[in-house]
Amino acid sequence: MISNRILQSEQELSKEDFVSDQMVKWCPGCGAHAILKAIENVFPEIGYKKENFMFVSGIGCSSRFPYYVNTYGIHGIHGRAAAIATGVKLANPGLSVWIATGDGDSMAIGGNHFIHIIRRNLDVNILLFNNQIYGLTKGQYSPTTPIGSITRTSPHGTVEHPFVTAGLVMGAQGTFFARVPDNNIKMMTEVMFEAARHDGTAVIEILQNCIIFADGTHSQVTGKEVRDDYQLHLKHGEPMLYGKNKEKGIQMKGQKLQGVVVGLNGVEMEDILIHDRYEKNPGIHRMLGKMGPPVLPVALGVIRSAEFETYDDMVEVQIESAREQTEIKSVDDLLKSGETFNVT
Amino acid sequence: MTKKATFKNKESVVIKFVGDSGDGMQLAGTLFSDTAAVFGNDLFTFPDYPAEIRAPHNTLAGVSGFQVQIGSEKIFSPGDLCDILVAMNPASLKTNLKWVRAGGIIVTDADAFNEKALEKSGYESNPLEDGSLDVYRLVKAPVSSMTRSSLSHLKVSARMAERSRNMMALGIVSFLLNQDLDATFKFLEDKFGSRPQVLELNKTALSAGYNFAETIEAIGTTYKVPKASLKKGTYRNISGNVATAWGFLAASERSGRPLFLGSYPITPATEILIELSQQKALGVKVFQAEDEIAGICSAIGASYAGSLAITTTSGPGLSLKSEAIGLAVMTELPLVIVNVQRAGPSTGMPTKSEQSDLLQALYGRNGECPVIVMAASTPANCFYYAYEAAKISMEHMTPVILLTDGYLGNGSELFRIPQVADLPPINPPLAKANDENYKPYRRDPETLVRQWAIPGTEGLRHRIGGLEKTDIYGTVSTDPQNHQMMIGIREEKVKKIAEKIPPQKITGEKTGDLLVVSWGGTEGSILTPVKALQKEGKKIGHAHFNHIMPLPINTREVLQGYRKVIVCELNNGQFVKYLKTEFPEIKYLQYNKIQGLPFFTGELTELFNKLIETEQT
Ligand SMILES: Cc1ncc(C[n+]2csc(CCOP(=O)(O)OP(=O)(O)O)c2C)c(N)n1
Ligand code: SF4
Ligand SMILES: [Mg+2]
Repeated sequence: MISNRILQSEQELSKEDFVSDQMVKWCPGCGAHAILKAIENVFPEIGYKKENFMFVSGIGCSSRFPYYVNTYGIHGIHGRAAAIATGVKLANPGLSVWIATGDGDSMAIGGNHFIHIIRRNLDVNILLFNNQIYGLTKGQYSPTTPIGSITRTSPHGTVEHPFVTAGLVMGAQGTFFARVPDNNIKMMTEVMFEAARHDGTAVIEILQNCIIFADGTHSQVTGKEVRDDYQLHLKHGEPMLYGKNKEKGIQMKGQKLQGVVVGLNGVEMEDILIHDRYEKNPGIHRMLGKMGPPVLPVALGVIRSAEFETYDDMVEVQIESAREQTEIKSVDDLLKSGETFNVT
Repeated sequence: MTKKATFKNKESVVIKFVGDSGDGMQLAGTLFSDTAAVFGNDLFTFPDYPAEIRAPHNTLAGVSGFQVQIGSEKIFSPGDLCDILVAMNPASLKTNLKWVRAGGIIVTDADAFNEKALEKSGYESNPLEDGSLDVYRLVKAPVSSMTRSSLSHLKVSARMAERSRNMMALGIVSFLLNQDLDATFKFLEDKFGSRPQVLELNKTALSAGYNFAETIEAIGTTYKVPKASLKKGTYRNISGNVATAWGFLAASERSGRPLFLGSYPITPATEILIELSQQKALGVKVFQAEDEIAGICSAIGASYAGSLAITTTSGPGLSLKSEAIGLAVMTELPLVIVNVQRAGPSTGMPTKSEQSDLLQALYGRNGECPVIVMAASTPANCFYYAYEAAKISMEHMTPVILLTDGYLGNGSELFRIPQVADLPPINPPLAKANDENYKPYRRDPETLVRQWAIPGTEGLRHRIGGLEKTDIYGTVSTDPQNHQMMIGIREEKVKKIAEKIPPQKITGEKTGDLLVVSWGGTEGSILTPVKALQKEGKKIGHAHFNHIMPLPINTREVLQGYRKVIVCELNNGQFVKYLKTEFPEIKYLQYNKIQGLPFFTGELTELFNKLIETEQT
């Protein structure tokens, strides 16, 4: 249970409370299905009144999400989910607002709203379905497509440097960032719970597979054979260990993160970094966010969850204090304030 | 203070205060207007700011002005040509001389007409000396030196003293118009009460100016504008932008729906954003967004969440909002989009007014996308049209575009203060908790309006969005018949609003020789010549439209009553184009001006007379 200004449900909720009557139309095998499962798992756990959940999305395969969960919801226009959600949350801070968005929706057409909602630290949760492709429009490259990729619009390979989502989020002063693979529902569910618990903009980047247009784009991280060596599961307060037998760890060497083997070359357990997701200074969080193959593993789980004031709270506080300080209590008072003239 | 015995009564006087940006002309003009209002004159003011924030001192680009017309009858505009021009430096005289009527009074600060300033403003000789102003009554007052000497006993620096030049000039004007300085003093006390020295300087300079005017002979006759017979009540001077903001506050209070504004700054609409930012105590939530798209999208989100949601902008911003307006049409959510029009296209002339966004408001979206379009027509009635836009939008669950313009937004006039309780009630169609019959697109059979089910309410969870939906259930649909039906329903819903808006009025008879048709911000400048011609017995009428989409139900009748119809607009003929498609059987004449200027009484009188006199069109 999470306690904040959002009303808690009086009854125990279950998965069924959130299943929508709409046919789910994602391709069979699409990574989005697992994300939906995780949401159905986590909403009853979070425990808010079911009418106080709200989904907002833009346009894309991922943005169909609101139709598939039984909550209040708006399926918006391409790129603008963050802006729509801002209005929802400001109008009613008592709602738990969730955004479903794609890599194109949030970082191409909606890039501006994305960085600004993060900068303001509005208390919403963003599920970013990063399939590194434009799914709905059938396979054009996106801002996260790896350089050189052949897609419908890059027959000779892309010549664009992709965004690293974590870098963009932390560059925009993000207070919460997590990364999860779509084939680990348990981790996804846990991370979603942590996002809900965080006051502020929580971005969850989901490494989602588009089986049709970018199949295997994350397999370097999510594949069975590689995942032990290329996934670092972060746990707050615990050393950053990975590898089949957790024999490897992350060490800070000079100004860089390095992968080391504990017990080899004089490396001891004390040399391994301990994860502190609550650290306000984003320095190490940024490094962790950018880390990845071929040399290092990809950091998964909650990378950053730092406490800063939220925009919606500050708005409420200002209104309250303005109310206390003024003589103007109604529009009639306002109309009569200042210079007025009587004609008798 | 002794009052000058000889004065002439005048029905109205137009005064313009002009000077360098830092000369305090806005303050002088405001004080003058407020004093006139306390006395009982009707008035209309218009500030004329330079486009540059701080243009170089004494240059033509740096001229700032404030025009006001005061009258003993209803005043409809700030006036075309000035009876009195107060020009504080050569640059301001140079740029404004063309607005002074022949024989008008020009008050200048003679000290400011030095060689350097004359050169900067492009004068080859001093106009105060070379006889070029002989057709005017010239008052050459040594304002700067007089201000310094009259304030010398207050022991302040020359620079500080010269800040009160505007008050010295105002004193001269107050004398010229036999204004009572007591009221002006009171306003100064209200403004500078916490800074006694500044107050003293200003009061002293004001009196000194008045006394100077009284003693010099150059002044000759002075004027007095008698009290206007205004309806009983409490009045205030209000600009269109503030009136717009307040109209929404009133609608919010009356409807019980909290107000939300999502907006991005843009001239000349920013004042609404600024005004509402100051009214947090009334609960309004103001979101200064990262761009216009976020402004409107946040408003759509707030509307879904149950707020009276508005977004304010000017032309280029409206372009950016087009796609999102479509979303509001499709989701059938209440939303008011205010467009304070300015001269376009593109960045155009941001500080100049125009009516050239009408077609964009009517048609500027993808798909069949009907939106209510209304237009305010005076600074004060912006209050009522904002209120009505909010009422229609919420009661009919549909977006409304409210058009005003820079002239209305920045202009101000007297506003008779209403009581919120006397305004028409607003009843949004809120869905009730746990209503088993609730469906997102179930409609009232009469009005075709769907219900507003607000997140947080028990038993009403539902999803809406920009994809076409089935009627009643609101599920996503690409069914061909359903799409055509839904397009019909959305159109019909908007058209039905014609039954709820007042019929079109005509100022004048139902029939006659010439019907002048106009809309939006030009009402005042057209009424003035029309009324004058009516007094002469001419068969001229005026139909000024505030409701554009839908048009009032009697519009055809109104247009049919006259031998000739002329549509006057500050654009290249947008309303006339719309009228032609709606009522193609009518023969229209058109008069279009697109110079960033309002219509002038002179040009219209001449035009109307000619049209009345000629037989054929
Ligand atoms: C204004 C606008 N431009 C373009 C489109 C076309 N469009 C729809 S979705 C999309 C890209 C979606 O990619 P992404 O956000 O990554 O979502 P995905 O489908 O991959 O989940 C594009 C270009 C649109 N709907 N609206
Ligand atoms: S196209 Fe790709 S992203 Fe879209 S539903 Fe199919 S698999 Fe999923
Ligand atoms: Mg994508």
